[in-house]
Amino acid sequence: MTTEHEFDVVIVGAGGAGMRAALESSQRAKTAVITKLYPTRSHTGAAQGGMAAALSNVEDDNAEWHTFDTVKGGDYLVDQDAAEILCKEAVDAVLDLEKMGLPFNRTPEGKVDQRRFGGHTRNHGEAAVRRACYAADRTGHMILQTLYQQCIKQEVEFFNEFYVLDLILDGDPQAAGDDGEVAAAGVVAYQLSTGEVHTFRAKSVIFATGGAGKVFKTTSNAHTLTGDGMGIALRAGIPLEDMEFFQFHPTGLAGLGILLSEAARGEGGILRNSEGERFMERYAPTIKDLAPRDMVARAMANEVREGRGCGPNKDYVLLDLTHLEPSHIDEKLPDITEFARTYLGVEPYTEPVPVFPTAHYAMGGIPTNVQGEVLRDNTHVVKGLYAAGECACVSVHGANRLGTNSLLDINVFGRRAGIAAAEYANATDVTPELPADASARVEALVAQLRETVGGDGTERVAQIRKELQETMDRNVQVFRTSDSLAEAHGVVKELQERYKNVAIHDRGTRFNTDLLEAIELGFLLELSEVVIAGAEGRKESRGGHYREDFPTRDDENYMQHTMAYKRADGTVDLDWKPVVVTKYQPMERKY
Amino acid sequence: MTATAEKPAEAGAIPSMTVTLKILRFDPDGLDGREAGTEYWEEFTVEAHATDRVLDALHKIKWEQDGSLAFRRSCAHGVCGSDAMRINARNRLACKTLLKDLNPAKPIMVEPIKGLPVEKDLIVDMEPFFASYREIMPFLMTTGTAPERERLQSPEDRARFDDTTKCILCAACTTSCPVFWTDGQYFGPQAIVGAHRFIFDSRDEGEWDRLEILNDKAGVWKCRTAFNCTEACPRGIEVTKAISEVKHALNTGEI
Repeated sequence: MTTEHEFDVVIVGAGGAGMRAALESSQRAKTAVITKLYPTRSHTGAAQGGMAAALSNVEDDNAEWHTFDTVKGGDYLVDQDAAEILCKEAVDAVLDLEKMGLPFNRTPEGKVDQRRFGGHTRNHGEAAVRRACYAADRTGHMILQTLYQQCIKQEVEFFNEFYVLDLILDGDPQAAGDDGEVAAAGVVAYQLSTGEVHTFRAKSVIFATGGAGKVFKTTSNAHTLTGDGMGIALRAGIPLEDMEFFQFHPTGLAGLGILLSEAARGEGGILRNSEGERFMERYAPTIKDLAPRDMVARAMANEVREGRGCGPNKDYVLLDLTHLEPSHIDEKLPDITEFARTYLGVEPYTEPVPVFPTAHYAMGGIPTNVQGEVLRDNTHVVKGLYAAGECACVSVHGANRLGTNSLLDINVFGRRAGIAAAEYANATDVTPELPADASARVEALVAQLRETVGGDGTERVAQIRKELQETMDRNVQVFRTSDSLAEAHGVVKELQERYKNVAIHDRGTRFNTDLLEAIELGFLLELSEVVIAGAEGRKESRGGHYREDFPTRDDENYMQHTMAYKRADGTVDLDWKPVVVTKYQPMERKY
Repeated sequence: MTATAEKPAEAGAIPSMTVTLKILRFDPDGLDGREAGTEYWEEFTVEAHATDRVLDALHKIKWEQDGSLAFRRSCAHGVCGSDAMRINARNRLACKTLLKDLNPAKPIMVEPIKGLPVEKDLIVDMEPFFASYREIMPFLMTTGTAPERERLQSPEDRARFDDTTKCILCAACTTSCPVFWTDGQYFGPQAIVGAHRFIFDSRDEGEWDRLEILNDKAGVWKCRTAFNCTEACPRGIEVTKAISEVKHALNTGEI
């Protein structure tokens, strides 16, 4: 049984980008927000340290310095026109949130307070600058709550626990060519509480589905971050951009991957190796522990590799906060210090905290222009289709995102996508018709998995997922080589084969989360292959992508984004898209 | 790669232990000869580490023994609010409760949170809970034109409502409240926490609208100060104190 819905704008995902888009779109057009969770469960709520904006509330700052830092932090793979917009609109993005009620920390004068964060500097690298607007170490929580509260105020229509599984386009984006047109027509979703399939006809569709951190084992990401939106776009024939660039956040709780904000270092925390040495002085003499995340993560992994790791297995380093006043820690870093106490039994007032890099953020994703319109190749858009937030690639983060730029990204480009999608819908007279068999693929997928219950399938979802995540951690993490990537590629292909023989165990129709996890694994397996393909194709080291066999950046050949296409026969092809350079020519990246 | 044999314990490895979980299940579909809507207890035994979370144990069951076991979870470190459940008769987040903090000699009792309709196993219908939250108008209300820059707020004024901004809407407080269990009308503690967050925000001008709502028969006077909510809150919010501050504001007309 299929239920049909019709809206002007359908937004998939209810994290920061999705809800920021909804606040704009629902003022202008009939809008639905579809989420596989409840909005307040979205992973925006786990972001901690802050949101960058050159407010100049505590020291001199400006959008141009912010733009430069973003471009340099992204190792010059950033599209500079997009970064200029990001940093220029940052100030209003913060002020908008404040006016919506977001409880930012305050300066003594009552203004929004700001603090230091990695890679954000005064005057093109002179010293760390206080640019991150924050609410203790729960800035993402406050953003998510505030946006949800505003959605309640505006009576935004939510479809909670509806899992979108297919995007309906009116043509094949890979066959449209230079003269053809392809437009969005809607999405198909599976309702978790009933097992029913729903179709949503719409003039505009916005994907704001978040990241794909669960391709890795050690990750700060939620269990639910399985790259569904990226995977749906890929299956629909849309390319994915720069997927080889994955950020490993330096300070995950050792062994667990739970995020400890960079704000810990912004507030004065220091990384030390087994000799007690502040090793970042060797890697980034000017800004030390506040170097960009890719550099810090690599430095940490290198310390461990060279035998200066801590603990019984010498497999982590230490984040030292013991020189900070406990009252300062309580005021500025209450949540992350509680995580250390709860999960590792470590008291950060008196003991350094074991940390190691954790898979954190996909710089790549569904390619868009600065209006949020999705690209089907290097130049053409899919009409009526938008993406924003971590699932999208504008690209403002390039090869390495600066901390606090993602909470900014979701607000700036979520807002832009919401406005553009509503305006497009209002300029479009007729809602596209869905084909009669619009829901067929989703129904077939669900039926096929359901039939595996009690059947001959011998593979378990959890086992395949575990092997996938282990090979990704071992071979596609901070350090990569052609051998490690080839090994991972082989394992992923083998796991994709084994996935065909998977069996689930829940026969029920209601809240069949067993079925859900099997579908999610399908996305993870496809996305892993794209990550690896991009990493194999990029024979240089840049930002978060470090090839030990090609240890330097190669601007002559690789000032280009990868564009990965999945072909009808299942193969993944790489193409390249030039980086947009406006002001900043690539320079050596020193901190 | 498919072998699951445990590696020998390495230096510093955490010893594993055997844990039994007794889970209150609910079958909405009527499978395996059960009637739809059957509630039953089922025991599972898993190998786990003392430092594992109850959520890890539930995942082990789901991933290795019974894929049909249903529960909500997302972030797995206590910030998204998905996995509130009753563990050994106390409301907690499964991802914030470590096995070592429970008595492993006895089965760990896991039940859905109480007072909301159960949909499947540990999943309850959250809609009545969110409806109460929406009732109290949980958004900043102001009059006049907004300033060009931010509204100013002193650090002291910001601190006044800090505690209640931490709420993650997990429903652990509301579903631990004996009044909420028996009185279908009561908003429950979370809605009062949600209102408190705005009533005591110096920027907000809707405080008396909200206090009016909380003065209603479904509102704050239903609270019998049982303190269950404060004990249940995984974010350490002093819920009962927040409720008493709302009562005080209503009694004195002062905020």
